[in-house]
Amino acid sequence: MFVMLQTVFPDLSAATPEIFLFIVAMALLMVGVFAPAARAAAVVGRLALLSLVVALVMVLMQDGVKVATFENMFIVDRFAIFMKVLVLIGSALTLLMSGRFFAEMNARKFEYPVLVVLATLGMMMMISANDLIALYMGLEIQSLALYVLAAFLRDQERSTEAGLKYFVLGALSSGMLLYGASMVYGFAGTTQFAALAAVLKGGEVAPGIIVGIVFIAAGLAFKVSAVPFHMWTPDVYEGAPTPVTAFFAVAPKVAAIALFLRVMLEPFGGIAAEWRQVIVFLSVASMILGAFAAIRQNNIKRLMAYSSIGHVGYALLGLAVGTSEGIRAVLVYMAIYLTMNIGTFACILAMRRQGQYVEQIPDLAGLSKRNLPMAIIMMLLMFSLAGVPPLAGFFGKFYVFKAVMEMSALSSGWTVLAVIGVLSSVVGAFYYLRIVKVMFFDEALEPLDLPSGRELGLLMGLAGAFNLFFFPFAGPLLRAAGNAAAALF
Amino acid sequence: MSDFPWLSVITFLPLVGVLVILFQRGDSEGSVQQIRNVALWTSVFTFILSLVLWVKFDTGTAEFQFVEEAAWIGEGINYKLGVDGISVLFIILTTFLIPLCILASWKSVTIRVKEYMIAFLIMETLMIGVFCALDLVLFYLFFEAGLIPMFLIIGIWGGNRRIYASFKFFLYTLLGSVLMLLAVLYMYYTAGTTDIPTLMAFNFDADVQKWLWLAFFASFAVKMPMWPFHTWLPDAHVEAPTAGSVILAGVLLKMGGYGFLRFSLPMFPLGTEYFAPLIFALSVIAVIYTSIVALAQEDMKKLIAYSSVAHMGYVTIGIFTLNLQGVEGSIIQMLSHGLVASALFLCVGVVYDRLHTREIARYGGLARNMPRYAFVFMVFTMASVGLPGTSGFVGEFMILLGAFKLNTLLGALAATGMILGATYALWLYRRIIFGPLLKEELKKLLDMDRREVAIFVPLIVVTIWLGVYPAAFFNIIEVSAQNLIDNYHAAVTAAVEQPLSVALR
Repeated sequence: MFVMLQTVFPDLSAATPEIFLFIVAMALLMVGVFAPAARAAAVVGRLALLSLVVALVMVLMQDGVKVATFENMFIVDRFAIFMKVLVLIGSALTLLMSGRFFAEMNARKFEYPVLVVLATLGMMMMISANDLIALYMGLEIQSLALYVLAAFLRDQERSTEAGLKYFVLGALSSGMLLYGASMVYGFAGTTQFAALAAVLKGGEVAPGIIVGIVFIAAGLAFKVSAVPFHMWTPDVYEGAPTPVTAFFAVAPKVAAIALFLRVMLEPFGGIAAEWRQVIVFLSVASMILGAFAAIRQNNIKRLMAYSSIGHVGYALLGLAVGTSEGIRAVLVYMAIYLTMNIGTFACILAMRRQGQYVEQIPDLAGLSKRNLPMAIIMMLLMFSLAGVPPLAGFFGKFYVFKAVMEMSALSSGWTVLAVIGVLSSVVGAFYYLRIVKVMFFDEALEPLDLPSGRELGLLMGLAGAFNLFFFPFAGPLLRAAGNAAAALF
Repeated sequence: MSDFPWLSVITFLPLVGVLVILFQRGDSEGSVQQIRNVALWTSVFTFILSLVLWVKFDTGTAEFQFVEEAAWIGEGINYKLGVDGISVLFIILTTFLIPLCILASWKSVTIRVKEYMIAFLIMETLMIGVFCALDLVLFYLFFEAGLIPMFLIIGIWGGNRRIYASFKFFLYTLLGSVLMLLAVLYMYYTAGTTDIPTLMAFNFDADVQKWLWLAFFASFAVKMPMWPFHTWLPDAHVEAPTAGSVILAGVLLKMGGYGFLRFSLPMFPLGTEYFAPLIFALSVIAVIYTSIVALAQEDMKKLIAYSSVAHMGYVTIGIFTLNLQGVEGSIIQMLSHGLVASALFLCVGVVYDRLHTREIARYGGLARNMPRYAFVFMVFTMASVGLPGTSGFVGEFMILLGAFKLNTLLGALAATGMILGATYALWLYRRIIFGPLLKEELKKLLDMDRREVAIFVPLIVVTIWLGVYPAAFFNIIEVSAQNLIDNYHAAVTAAVEQPLSVALR
């Protein structure tokens, strides 16, 4: 009797952070409803932030031994812990920067923090998914919350348009992913990652499986906004409220990349030769489009959208390599990418003129005279995004290209890939330089307001300091990423 | 005392000045003056400390000296510094020029003085770092990071077309460097380390060497700059503020030549042997073509910029002759050019500060009311021409000697550059200094004041010293240069013999 109970009842301890966040989300809804209306949003916001931090601590306290639970649907390993830490940091910091924005837009509602918590919960489930069904569940929990967040300024046409566009295209990609998953299930007879890996280990691969993988990859490429599934990104980034854009740029990207890595390497790792060219294409197309399409942008949020497309290209290059070295490079890249984007969006949120938020690049003109510290931080972040040493962004690219060059002994095609990658990073440098130029070389027409609020200053300072002082202290992150990557092999 | 980290202290000392300047508040004339003083004294003190390297340098060994090593990011990438006879003089050249740059900007830079001085001091740290890094990744870090302050120096304090020039400078250099980065990564994973002395001893596959050589060439040829990769230089020089031009001409261009000596020759000897004719061809074109282009210039800075390309052409010829005269000559030529071209840019700066134009036609007859200026300008024109007794002569003579030893035609073609060099330099001097003093606006010009004289005196002294008694410098260079050449020839002979011995078996 006792033995039977053990087998039926899943081991909940591995999923404590997720269970905690779920309960918190429900409880916060109650708080929001019953708290005095005037203060509800602020109280819920603070509690949500606190609970994200608590969840972060809970994740950090997990010991990293590989545990699969819920009938192998849910897995916790070092890789999951690393990615969850990034996601939670991203969510918490973007939540920190949103309060003031919505208050000033007269749209501070208590649903916003709850939706962020729910989206984060979905991301954590994506990261820990060990089964195609679990994957889809996590993805949808995340996506539904994100659709609402994109349209959160419901009185604004741009915001609602962004939400609708994201929803329609997102549903399409979910459909493709689901279709791919059903193909894989049909040909392999299982949805579990471990079982799939065993089925696909050797011998002939059924064409249906390949078709299924391509559909799954297409669905995931949509979520990470890799070319040619990137079309939604610039519009949604531009239309969504800025703190939501910041959120989109970091947490869901990290989670989707984590999912991408796990899906490609765990169930389909044995047939890497079959899907590698798909990833290579996504990566190269993203790097090139991200570099060239951003040149003509004048809206800084649109520019960051193209920038993120380019960055995803570099991250996918590491996945295309597919070695533990390559995966480590992706993890390092995503960690650095997160800090760069948080800092940049904190700067974008601080762009205001006479109390109005502005988001055109020429609005930054003469910032170095008006607010030198902010201009310097923004400059550091731009150089970091461009990948100029000694800033952190350089090391992100450094490890990706190192992993690629290690493969060049096998085939000279990898060298060509690396050359395409570095050349598109030079093209990309142009538009980051343009922002520096506008801030430092141009004369201000009408100066921006001084940023108000400690949160933004704190975030800018943290991001700037991280990117500037990463190089003497790179070791710990590299080691953590190395351990995390090893968990997938 | 022997393990005192001299190199780290010298490299990072300017950053202490940066910290002090950061804490200076206020925009009053007094606090700006304070900032200038801090920057000047930091750089002077750095220069004095760097002389320790000269004094304590052991001229009897080709080994790296003052070596420091510390764990950095791990996996074969460490923080490692050291100097040998090839690099030590470049460090001293850098620390010597920076105080002069700061003095030269004393009055001409009045906006954003704080940022300006910070940019220069950061630049100093990065430049010194380039010359003492003994780890490829560390080298790359210093090498590339220098783009950021230089971009800002050209873009903020530059002339009318500064934005175009700064973008061209940045993107051109970055393009060359990223290819080098790929080569660095390939070497890293092949050899398992980025330690420069280890890589020097590592034998890369002969075919691979050619690709690696080309990748490094892409970076150094742009930096040097060699024809036809030089087009960023005239723009950057013309638009940069005077001190920016000095840094560009005095130090940044030397990084290309230093890179060839430090990496291309010892690490890819077979690639070097294979591509030497290419280098000679490009260098001869550079020497002749850019000298002719210089003749046609109407802007003083542009003329000197083109002359820099020509002089750097000599340097590359000297390096790739791969005999002692050529290599030593090229190092001396780089040092000499670092002094002379810097001084010429400073000379342009002196009249530019007064008249705010660099057009040659606007000047003439300055000898009459600016005798001190005429003298200083003459000294450096002669040094640029290569008059015996100045530093320019020693370098060019040695390089020509090395070139003739290798190939008479090469030597003869290179020598025509000397004649053309004399033509444009002397003609420039004539048009500015001699002739009647007709223009009204020129009659009011005052001769150099004490600050300006103080800038030029050290430059004149060193230029003449290097011209009259170069042995002091050769002593330091010789053993390392000889070692470099011996290793190169040993590697090339080994590569030739190896297939033979296999065939004999």
